[in-house]
Amino acid sequence: MHLPISDKIELNILHQNSHQAEKNKVKFNNYNLLCLNIMSSPGAGKTRLLEITLKVLSKKFQIAVLEGDMTTNLDAARLEKLNIPVVPITTGRACHLDANMVSGGLKLLEKKINPDSLDILLVENVGNLVCPAEFEIGEHFKVALLSITEGEDKPLKYPIMFREADLILITKIDLLPHLNFDIDKLKSNIASTNPKADVIEISSITKSGLDLWQDWISKKILKFKNI
Amino acid sequence: MEEWAEKKNKKKIVVEKINLKIGEFTCVEPISLINTFNAAVLGSWLDSSEITIETIPFEGKCSRCNRLYFPKKENGYKSPCCNFNLEEIISGRELKIASIDFKEK
Repeated sequence: MHLPISDKIELNILHQNSHQAEKNKVKFNNYNLLCLNIMSSPGAGKTRLLEITLKVLSKKFQIAVLEGDMTTNLDAARLEKLNIPVVPITTGRACHLDANMVSGGLKLLEKKINPDSLDILLVENVGNLVCPAEFEIGEHFKVALLSITEGEDKPLKYPIMFREADLILITKIDLLPHLNFDIDKLKSNIASTNPKADVIEISSITKSGLDLWQDWISKKILKFKNI
Repeated sequence: MEEWAEKKNKKKIVVEKINLKIGEFTCVEPISLINTFNAAVLGSWLDSSEITIETIPFEGKCSRCNRLYFPKKENGYKSPCCNFNLEEIISGRELKIASIDFKEK
């Protein structure tokens, strides 16, 4: 045996995922298709928000959804009722979507519709505030939802999720009068973790803030498409 | 790792250590990573290798006075000097295989 040799590598552990994410992004760009990665804890209201968003936005834009779920197609079934292309991605025991899964989802979507005809692809990630934040899928923007029933401290407890987000939607805001919840404290915790993020308060029940969320999406689509 | 090993001629080397750099501001728990690695390589060509982890501190830069500081969640990650929000992260997001120590058979 010889003396040990140290070989410098300096390779990202998530290199394979990042590489696939880049390939996904190139595909999205070639299709002129804006991709949003929508993340939150389970029950923060991702699917409900998509339901009400799609009803309005689908009048203006061509939309498709990749629906990540661990074990069921329940959320995908809800969104399919809105007559938009939906591809369920069941992750099995994995707690997040990765770039390979999204690539597979995109291939299935290509069988349903020509993505050239789409404006935006919404990817609903698996409910989890930890792992989805580390796994790029090729998205152009990350959107994180945080419902006020989860507590003001979540941006501090799960800082990477909220640091990585381009937009943070504070959901279930209609419950504010019924909870002992300090919205200013939450906003301060968001700002200290990620001062650059856009923040919108929203309710899927009263629809408050829905116009701001739709404006945010519309502007991103129009800017992406150089319209 | 496989790509690297093929270049080195996998059959002629023994990997001793895989040296990682893991930032404090990542979703990786070092002990879980080590346990998973040990389970994953059992019976494989990496069976005799081990992982070492160098923890890279989570360091931010105060955007008001440019001082470097170690953000703490107890302080909302704000700079202790100016109580300013965390804008710039200097280190702590690393997830790297820094180097591999190996011997030729």
